[in-house]
Amino acid sequence: MSDLETKPSDTTAAGAQVNPVENKFTERLSHILGDLGKNGIFIALIVVVVLFSILTNGILLRPQNISNLIVQNGYILVLAIGMVMVIIAGHIDLSVGSVAAFVGAVSGVFAVQWGLPWWLSIILSLLVGALVGVWQGFWIAFVGIPAFIVTLAGMLIFRGLALVVLGNANIGSFPAEYRALGNGFLTDLFGEFELDPLTLGIAAIAIIALFVQQFRTRKARQSYGQEVEPFAWFLTKLVLVTVAIGLFAFALASYKGIPVTLIVLAVLVLIYGIIMNRSTFGRHIYAIGGNLHAAELSGIKTRNVTFWLFVNMGFLAALAGLIFTARLNLAGPKAGDGFELEAISAAFIGGAAVQGGVGTIGGAIIGGLIIGVLNNGMSILGIGIEWQQAVKGLVLLLAVAFDVYNKRRSGGR
Amino acid sequence: MTDDIQARTNILEMQGITKTFPGVKALQNVTVDVQRGEVHAICGENGAGKSTLMKVLSGVYPYGTYDGDIVFENEVVQFRDIRDSEAKGIVIIHQELALSPYLSIAENIFLNNEQKGALGLIDWNKTNHEAAKLLARVGLKENPTTKVRDIGVGKQQLVEIAKALSKRVKLLILDEPTAALNDEDSDHLLNLILHLKEQGITSIIISHKLNEIKKVADSVTVIRDGKTIETIAKTDVTEERIIKDMVGRDLEHRYPDHTPHIGDEILRVEDWTAHHPQDPTRVMVDNVNITVRRGEIVGIAGLMGAGRTEFAMSLFGRTYGSKISGRVFIDGKEVKTRTVSEAIENGLAYATEDRKTYGLNLIDDIKRNISMAALDKLERFGIVDDGKEFQVANEYRKSMNIKAPSVLSKTGKLSGGNQQKVVLSKWIYSDPDVLILDEPTRGIDVGAKYEIYSIINKLAAAGKGIVVISSELPELLGICDRIYALSEGRITGELPIEEATPESLLKLMTMEKPR
Repeated sequence: MSDLETKPSDTTAAGAQVNPVENKFTERLSHILGDLGKNGIFIALIVVVVLFSILTNGILLRPQNISNLIVQNGYILVLAIGMVMVIIAGHIDLSVGSVAAFVGAVSGVFAVQWGLPWWLSIILSLLVGALVGVWQGFWIAFVGIPAFIVTLAGMLIFRGLALVVLGNANIGSFPAEYRALGNGFLTDLFGEFELDPLTLGIAAIAIIALFVQQFRTRKARQSYGQEVEPFAWFLTKLVLVTVAIGLFAFALASYKGIPVTLIVLAVLVLIYGIIMNRSTFGRHIYAIGGNLHAAELSGIKTRNVTFWLFVNMGFLAALAGLIFTARLNLAGPKAGDGFELEAISAAFIGGAAVQGGVGTIGGAIIGGLIIGVLNNGMSILGIGIEWQQAVKGLVLLLAVAFDVYNKRRSGGR
Repeated sequence: MTDDIQARTNILEMQGITKTFPGVKALQNVTVDVQRGEVHAICGENGAGKSTLMKVLSGVYPYGTYDGDIVFENEVVQFRDIRDSEAKGIVIIHQELALSPYLSIAENIFLNNEQKGALGLIDWNKTNHEAAKLLARVGLKENPTTKVRDIGVGKQQLVEIAKALSKRVKLLILDEPTAALNDEDSDHLLNLILHLKEQGITSIIISHKLNEIKKVADSVTVIRDGKTIETIAKTDVTEERIIKDMVGRDLEHRYPDHTPHIGDEILRVEDWTAHHPQDPTRVMVDNVNITVRRGEIVGIAGLMGAGRTEFAMSLFGRTYGSKISGRVFIDGKEVKTRTVSEAIENGLAYATEDRKTYGLNLIDDIKRNISMAALDKLERFGIVDDGKEFQVANEYRKSMNIKAPSVLSKTGKLSGGNQQKVVLSKWIYSDPDVLILDEPTRGIDVGAKYEIYSIINKLAAAGKGIVVISSELPELLGICDRIYALSEGRITGELPIEEATPESLLKLMTMEKPR
């Protein structure tokens, strides 16, 4: 591959033989601390959960509430996935709430007014969302209008169109299969048990898959000579995650089982995680956000990438709209109000950078969960919507401030 | 006693100025004396330290960050920032003009020096009236209310000077003032400098255009490698002497040995023409014809603004310019290079002049920067092979001697030399036939330069065609097999290395279009 057969000059190459005396203990400690720094957002989630569990006398962690938490926040998390990708590329999308409302209304026309089969309605609605993305992506990527403007316009346009489609009325009573998207549980398919075996089975499979995947990655890294974390720490983290999944599954199983929304989310996180981490498309997104000029001069088709990003965002906004409509069993004019702000907050709380180039799907999901727990916990405590808003705003500000502080301290730019 | 005489005639004495950046001594014991009422030229190659010296003088680098003394009007001055120096009457006009395009000429002139009337509000009549007077002094016939973006660069330059005059300037510093101007505007500007001299304003002009130095300068100080070489009085100024001072350094051992093994033609560019992106009437690259053979290192020499980067970028996926025409042949076969990916597919690679802005994703790691231009070599069904990517990057880290703890280090934290090695790795991995390297060693210390030259040699030895664009003549003379000279967008000559000397090249590089 390399045309250069330079003399091996390892001795000088390792300009980073910082401190050979550094002993194993400090090395391990630095690993753990480094991980904690990287997973600061995860720790923040745990802190919020613990805090509200105490404040609500454990109501927060009741099986039914945990299940509700997922279902109530599903659509925000779906949006957050698309939003963090848009933000990583250095753009923003203000229209997702309106698009979700518009697609919800359109799906009402398909499924209720025209009486199309539920699956066809869903497919057509997702297609409409993607077309909205095509429209916005065209203006942003190929005409060169800033995403802020295009999606601000889109926010108005699609809110307006949603009202037009609804014709000043709600569309309601969706088919049961459609409603399952927002309200359904996997157990409905198999009947109910005291402790749903399907949920526990799926959790067990998930844990096994996680172990296999983690061990394989670790091995692959080692075989390529890549540095890996100390085994003890690696195992500790795995066990902690396993316990968390187990408790979570147990909670779901003792209520109604796995919500359909959770399945949808899990599939999305898996697919989009791979896209962002491992696919060329994902790499191009990071490259564009990190340095647009350099990406362009490296032959990346930056316009195409931007275009498809917004098509994808339109698709996910449509999906969020469907889940929300299904949950309410109603397509109404106020649907999706403020979704864009929650999704954007989730991405930023989850560590995305305003100037682009930085962010992860996992971070955005955790950011979304933090907002969800805040919403849920404060509702249980009976705190009014006005204070909920203020607290969420403050959390967003503090999360980003913490991020900025961290970067400055570590000497990044 | 001589000191006394000097004290009376010198407006400025910079004594033993030394300025160090981490790892680099930019200025070493530089001494410059400027007499009251003269036009003093400061001459030197790019990177010699001219701009650094002026930044020290104007307070951009505040007192305490350099060693040595600045004596202005018989008084040791210690500027904390540019406002301090302006208060004393020292005004610097930078190469990139500092005007706000959407404000009017008058508003720009009095920016942060607003002409106020009663109640501290801006008096617009006074502002425009005073601006008109200043415009008359610099010979600019424009309405003071015209927006700056609506006038050309030459006139904008004059607005900058008017702005300086409004601050009661005593010492005017112009950094490459004519670099972006056409001949007519240049002439006007130079005449204005002479005119201001008659009004008692001292000027320092930084330039490497020898003809204009000869026209306006009363004395010339040459700086090379951060040191003063000599100050020449007007009567003794000859082009030969300045050129010798500018380039006369030890060329031995700065460049690795290179025995060319030149093969068949790999790149031919015919009649390449490109126009300015915003102003399609301005020809930036004018009918350029070049050839490069396998194993050959071809240099492109040109002064700033000659169209070197413009040529390379218009060729590489039309990333610069408008109305681009011409033909490109790789291996004798005509190819299109309309987009960057098309250019890469057809075997071109272009390492940009400005690594940080155009070359690297500084917030990402070495590994991902190296794979950026050739990710398709690492993917299957759209999924990148992480491990292989790590392996590839690691091999480059070793073979290119990139000094970093691991390939997972962020490129933003590397030194200039190591960043450049990452950029080169990226392009080598894309496996091109021809590499165009734009200022490959700019801002890199001497040791790393040697390594970069060695890499270039190895690439040539592997049968690649190499084009090196550089404003450092010794560098081109040290590593190239053949050198084209570029002036005003045209190839003004082509010299095999045996015939190329700094003098012969500079002559070609300053050759003007017949008018």
